[in-house]
Amino acid sequence: MVELALPKNSQMKPGKTWPKPSGAKRLQEYKVYRWDPDTGANPRIDTYFVDRDDCGPMVLDGLIWIKSKVDSTLTFRRSCREGICGSCAMNIDGTNTLACTKGMDEVKGAIKLYPLPHMEVVKDLVPDLTRFYAQHALIEPWLHTTSPQPEKEWKQSPTERQALDGLYECILCACCSTSCPSYWWNGDRYLGPAALLQAYRWLIDSRDEATGDRLDTLEDPFRLYRCHTIMNCAKACPKGLNPAKAISEIKNMMVARQN
Amino acid sequence: MADLSGPTTAPVRHQRPLSPHLQIYTPMLTMMMSIAHRITGVALYVGTLLLAWFLIALASGPDSFATVAWFMDSILGKLVLLGFTWALFHHLLGGLRHFLWDSGWGMDHPQREWLAQGTLIGGIVLTVLVWAAAFALR
Repeated sequence: MVELALPKNSQMKPGKTWPKPSGAKRLQEYKVYRWDPDTGANPRIDTYFVDRDDCGPMVLDGLIWIKSKVDSTLTFRRSCREGICGSCAMNIDGTNTLACTKGMDEVKGAIKLYPLPHMEVVKDLVPDLTRFYAQHALIEPWLHTTSPQPEKEWKQSPTERQALDGLYECILCACCSTSCPSYWWNGDRYLGPAALLQAYRWLIDSRDEATGDRLDTLEDPFRLYRCHTIMNCAKACPKGLNPAKAISEIKNMMVARQN
Repeated sequence: MADLSGPTTAPVRHQRPLSPHLQIYTPMLTMMMSIAHRITGVALYVGTLLLAWFLIALASGPDSFATVAWFMDSILGKLVLLGFTWALFHHLLGGLRHFLWDSGWGMDHPQREWLAQGTLIGGIVLTVLVWAAAFALR
């Protein structure tokens, strides 16, 4: 349902300004969303200053610097630090992206960091992705076959394999789904761009033999058709993929199978 | 072995907040155009009521038509009509944009931006043209 304002317990308050590092010449200001599950008080925005000369160039480098040098309670997810694991997805400077591939220089002024939008917050920059993963599970992201198992592998021609380009690269970071207003309002019933991109990835896999069943699962006013081509997903994807286009292709498959 | 049956020291779980969304998301052209498409769609319902009023008055005779004509010719009436014209063209072009998307074209960058800009500018240009023509013919 459309709810423009935040619930009372979610409204953000001004937070603490942490001391500037002494002797630093180049400072980068960070404004970070904080929420502590132990106190349960309203979220607040803390201000930090990062010493650019003591730290790597990416937004994630700054967060790690803050955690090790200023405030060890700051909580965020990160792992690969090179845009392949999708852990450090967050809202940076008003757009969802990965903190590890976003340069501090790409942001003008203070770097504003929030958890992925319209999600339940576990702590600070960590959102609860349980439902997001459940939606991915719903589209059954694995090969479905009825033919007898071949002696070796299921074969695919290079051309058939190319059909998966622009789809298989998804790292499930949730940047796209949580950028989508339709997902914000109807995330309990609309599957969202990430799950639908993956649904399409299996729909057009030449080896998959459950296309009809897969389409049946998606044939629903909410699961698929809540996409209104707002396109925030395609603009947010840190891997340059286009979930909106994949969704539109699924809609076309729905039409095509009527004939 | 430690006794696990006793009371635990698990902390009280506070209700999780909802992370900010519209409040913090940078407005994107395609996103704003989607919102505008919705708003103009709603405005068209009001515009259609206006059109119905006009047609009913036209059929009812000169007196009732004079009332409509007076309202439409007033400053407020003109503003409402101008808004109706714009909403109509904006929504019409937005609908064509959806047709193009349904055919599978225009989802990629930069075509989707061109379509959004084209709809926005096209709606304004067509409105100006219609009003210029209307005033020229008066």
